[in-house]
Formats: sequence, structure tokens, C-alpha cells
Amino acid sequence: MSSNTDFEPKIIAFVCNWCTYAGADLTGTSRLKYATNVKIVRFPCTGRIDFLLLLKSFAQGADGVIVSGCHPNDCHYTSGNFHARRRWIAFRSVLDLMGVDIRRIQYSWVSAAEGSKWADLVNNTVADIRALGPYAEYQKVADYLEKEGYNEEA
Amino acid sequence: MKKLRERAAELLSQGVVSLVLGYEEGTKRPRPLFCRNSVNAEKLIFDSRCIHNLAVYITKKELVGKERFAVTAPISTLRSIMQLFVENQLNEEKLLVLTVDLNGELREFTTFDEIAAYVAQFELKRGEREQELLSKIEGMTREERWKFWMEEMSHCFKCYACRSACPLCYCSKCVVEVNRPQWINPWPAPLANMEWHINRAMHMVGRCTACGACGDACPIGIPIDLITRKMMEDMAPEFGYIPGQPAKQGNALSTWKLDDREQFIR
Repeated sequence: MSSNTDFEPKIIAFVCNWCTYAGADLTGTSRLKYATNVKIVRFPCTGRIDFLLLLKSFAQGADGVIVSGCHPNDCHYTSGNFHARRRWIAFRSVLDLMGVDIRRIQYSWVSAAEGSKWADLVNNTVADIRALGPYAEYQKVADYLEKEGYNEEA
Repeated sequence: MKKLRERAAELLSQGVVSLVLGYEEGTKRPRPLFCRNSVNAEKLIFDSRCIHNLAVYITKKELVGKERFAVTAPISTLRSIMQLFVENQLNEEKLLVLTVDLNGELREFTTFDEIAAYVAQFELKRGEREQELLSKIEGMTREERWKFWMEEMSHCFKCYACRSACPLCYCSKCVVEVNRPQWINPWPAPLANMEWHINRAMHMVGRCTACGACGDACPIGIPIDLITRKMMEDMAPEFGYIPGQPAKQGNALSTWKLDDREQFIR
């Protein structure tokens, strides 16, 4: 899990209020230690997580993204996570075609009782992203207007 | 073509329809013709150069529900019309669809089922250009694909011709005009361009019929139609529909199945 670089990945986690957020809460109350690289954004449901939000976090400097919600059939709103799952299938296909690094987006189901799974998920994702390095490729495009000259460097 | 002109003139003079949407000879290529009287019907043409997807006009509020009109449609346009029917955007009673089949015979459709039966004989295949470009893209590594699209996207100047040309982009308010907060930046920079095109593709999941109008409309020739086309091809087996045929079981993203693929979810 350790790496020989000093690179600390920035990870944004989009989680649903009813399962993963509560699960992450349980991780804390259970005093489980996990990587501090993650910033959690709470949503009412995974169905509310717009696909563009994931891209916006990369543009704002994230190196990796976690998207997590209730297990299938556990959704507080019955079918939000089923809709989200379909959207992710399609989104992954578009991103892959466009050449966005889909390894940097980690999808997961973490229930409110799975505090240790959340800790593992974050630790594993941090390790994966640490191995991949900073997402400089996307950053360069995002900073285009400040730096002018995407093509000169490429 | 003669039969088409005669029939159009007949429909107009008898008052069956008040408008025939068709093609006329333009300076370089055929252009859309809004034909309101039988004299103008003489200008109508219909051949393989007629590539404008006229289905884009038939959801406009100036037309829909107001008058009965006819539209001339090649196969790709018929597919768009079918998808619009599935999405409840059209009124069968107010629409008459005209096409010329492979034998040069004039065909008339008034209902969705008639169009579906006719279109079912034609399989949706990749054309030469699509095949060449898509196999090139499919052969690239991820980094190469990123470079390829960034290079292409750097030419986009956000004229939104792709949006205007697409018959299925009929929202009255588009996501790019949402500015509280500014969801997609309006200026043409590679990132904002890419976000726009990803958004467009995501809104077309399970809806795109690969008519190629967006790619034809692009003034600088970015092959943007390939994004939605590839998506359509990839998602069809995933969500259980056939490319080029509308999903009668509901839109891909507003329905779901218990056993949708999820091996990518940890």
C-alpha cells in the first residue's frame, strides 16, 4: 500500500446520505483509522449524483473520485441506486471513448453497517491513485485559460 | 421524384396538409424547403444528397399540434421520427411522412407502426467513414484517445450547430444555458468543449439513432457523431435494445433492471 513518492492524492467522495455517509460515520465512531486524503460530499441519493460533478472535481484538482451509495434493493428511495448504476455504465463508456482515465473513478456500495468496508475502500483507492500519480493530464486542460497553449506543450 | 412532386401538390391543393417539408436544390447541395403551395411543390427533390434531418423541425412549437403537415424522410430521418414518437413528441393525426423507397416508389406513412415495419428491413450499419474512424479510435491507447479528442475539441468554438441539427435535442432550455451556477462554461476552451460533448452524449444514451446530423452540421468537421454512435453501439447490448430501433420499453436511463452489469462496482 505504501509508495516511495511523497505524492498525496486528493480524493473526493460522493456518497449518499442514507448508507455510505452513515457507514463513514460508523467508521469514525468505531475508531477505525483510514487515509485522510478523502473529502466527503453528502448527497440525498446516488441517483442525485450528476455525472458532470465527477468531471468537475477532476477539473478542480482531484486526483481520484469515489462514488458510493446503498447496495441494490437498499435504496431509501427504492430505485435511486439502480438508476445511478445505469448512468455509470453509460458514463464509463463515454469517458473511456474520450480517453478520460476511468481507473480514477471508484464506484462502490457501502451500507450504513459497513464501517470497515468504507475504511478499506478509501485506503485501497488512495493506494491505487497514489500508484497512478497526479491527474496532471486533466489538470493541464482545466488550466488552459490561465496558461493558454494546450497545443504548444502537447 | 416526379411522383413525390405530384403527390405533394395534390396534398397541398386538396388541403390534406398545409405544409410539406422537403428538399430543394441549393447552391451547392440540397437544402430544406418549406413548401406551402402546389406551385412550390415543383421544386421538391429527393435523392441521396438530401442529408439534412428534417425531423429536427417537426418538434418545433410553431409546427407541433398547430397544423397537419407532411415531411419527406430518408431512412435516417424515419429512425429519428420513430424515436420522437416513442418519446411522445409527435401527434400521429397531424403528421404525414413521405419517403421514396429503393424502387423509386412513393411511400406514405401515417402511424408509428407503419414506419417501424418499413424501417425494419434496413439494418443500421457503419458507413465507410464511420468504420474507418471508429476502428482507428478503437485501436488507440487511452492516452492516444485523450490526445485525439483534445486536439479535435480544441477546434470547437461552441456554435452549438450539433445541438440545433439534432432532432432529439428538443429541450426548450438547454443545460448549457443554465447559469446559476454556470454548469458548463460558455467559452470555447478544450475542457468546456469536452464537458459539453460528454453532456450531449450522456443526454443521448439509448436515444441516438445515428443519423449523423450533428457531425454533418459541425462547421469544422469534428467527428462528434462518432461519440453518440459508439455510445449507441456499446449500450445497445447492455440495455437490451437494437441500434436504429427505438426502445419501446422506455428510455435507457429512466428504466433499470435488477441484473444490470456491476462488476466495476467494488
